[in-house]
Amino acid sequence: MIYADNAATTKTCPAAQRAMLDAMERSWANPSSLHSPGQQAKEALQTARETVARAIGAQPREVYFTSGGSEADNQAIISAAKLGARKGKKHLVTTAIEHHAVLHTMDQLSKEGFEVTLLPVDASGIVKAEDVAAAIREDTALVSVMFANNEIGTIQPVAEIGALCREKGVVFHTDAVQAAGHLPIDVDAQNIDMLSLSGHKFHGPRGVGALYVRRGAPLLTLIHGGAQERGLRAGTEDLPAILGMAAALDDSCTHMAENAAYVSKLRDALIDKLSAIPHAALNGDRERRLPGNVSFCFEGIEGESLLLLLDDKGVAASSGSACTSGSLDPSHVLLAIGRPHEVAHGSLRLTLDHENTMEEVDAIAAATIEVVDYLREMSPVWKALQRGERDYVIQ
Amino acid sequence: MLYSEKVMDHFRNPRNVGEIADADGVGEVGNAKCGDIMKMYLKIEDGVIVDVRFETFGCGSAIATSSMATELIKGKKVEEALTLTNQAVVEALDGLPAHKIHCSVLAEEAVRAAIKDYYDKNGIAYEPEQFCNGDCSCCHEHDHTEHDA
Repeated sequence: MIYADNAATTKTCPAAQRAMLDAMERSWANPSSLHSPGQQAKEALQTARETVARAIGAQPREVYFTSGGSEADNQAIISAAKLGARKGKKHLVTTAIEHHAVLHTMDQLSKEGFEVTLLPVDASGIVKAEDVAAAIREDTALVSVMFANNEIGTIQPVAEIGALCREKGVVFHTDAVQAAGHLPIDVDAQNIDMLSLSGHKFHGPRGVGALYVRRGAPLLTLIHGGAQERGLRAGTEDLPAILGMAAALDDSCTHMAENAAYVSKLRDALIDKLSAIPHAALNGDRERRLPGNVSFCFEGIEGESLLLLLDDKGVAASSGSACTSGSLDPSHVLLAIGRPHEVAHGSLRLTLDHENTMEEVDAIAAATIEVVDYLREMSPVWKALQRGERDYVIQ
Repeated sequence: MLYSEKVMDHFRNPRNVGEIADADGVGEVGNAKCGDIMKMYLKIEDGVIVDVRFETFGCGSAIATSSMATELIKGKKVEEALTLTNQAVVEALDGLPAHKIHCSVLAEEAVRAAIKDYYDKNGIAYEPEQFCNGDCSCCHEHDHTEHDA
């Protein structure tokens, strides 16, 4: 099986596996306990916090461990919103292509009386910094713009947006779940006040993530209970998960440049090969995209059947079609970049990592070309396009 | 598994795919915007469906239900084919996930649309309410506007 769904989750790396086994063996005690085993666990927890902080250019005391990216996004957004509201600020700014962990949290807040501005993106899936600047008002409590998109891989101008938020005194949060461990992050240089990351997107374990909160930035408790995480996130710390995540992040950052160079080469080769399919279009920006992300729309076919047949051919991929999203509509990201519904249904996402090879890229391309061709042969939409009864959306 | 073995079998090896150039009845239902369109071609001799072909744009269950529907009506009298229900298609496939039941409705409607076309072409009288008026759940374009921003 060729695994090409690394944006969904990644395989835990050997460094993470070793760290997790080691934690289960040696750092299993409760870090809140005063006895020696507890204190040993506490030290391991502190070391992990330092590792995660170093990876993003933060101070250890600014890093809070959570159950994952979704919790980190929830806590960041809810905190900034509710603390902003105490000062009469009830306006939130985000983009149309955020992950649902951000969008649905925003939806909930809008039901509670907050006003949410959803910024559009251009056809390549990038939000304009000037649009963010124009959206900020006197009563804006938070701007949340993702670092890189999970579906189409576009990298947002985070540093620029952070700078203008800083200038206007608005808290800036970025969901860096797809970026951490893959792209250089420096919260100071990039003017980031809050940042979410998730262990399993960079070869760490799932069920664990982290929220960076700049000293002085607002933070409320969502999970009440014990005094863990400086009283801001209760619950006995999951040492194996946290230590595994720290080891994976350290490993990913150590090899970031070489992995990015290698994976980008695979990505570009795959994009070139799939571009040869007629009436196919790359989703997202050609240059400003994650090293491993390949996302296409193929006219005249539907994504779920494409995925299932690719699976039969030994390729694990994903799609943004309605049938795979479990709703009536295809991916909100594909609609936001202007793909009509009928085209967005025919989307395919292939996300590569450093364990993939050029031979696998060749095999993925060959399988995709074959399956797209086969499905088009039985598609009345494709036949109508070919007969000129419908107009091609993708030329 | 998302789908039963029967569904996967009909998806992987769909029966009766293709078109019939001189079809006696052709029906197309669904909406590309919603992600599925089925087109059914019938060859009818002496009131019996002697051949049937389909073309489908859609997910795994859309392809499997089309395939199963063609098997269920092939060789049957037209009147008999008209009694095909989506439940019969679902049962023949050993079930479908709840959110895929609409695919079986689409398959039933595609068969009926092709038969209606045959009746129309041959001046055969029928009760209009027997057939989809273009306003049923499968052809009716549901509201996407709030997500279109």
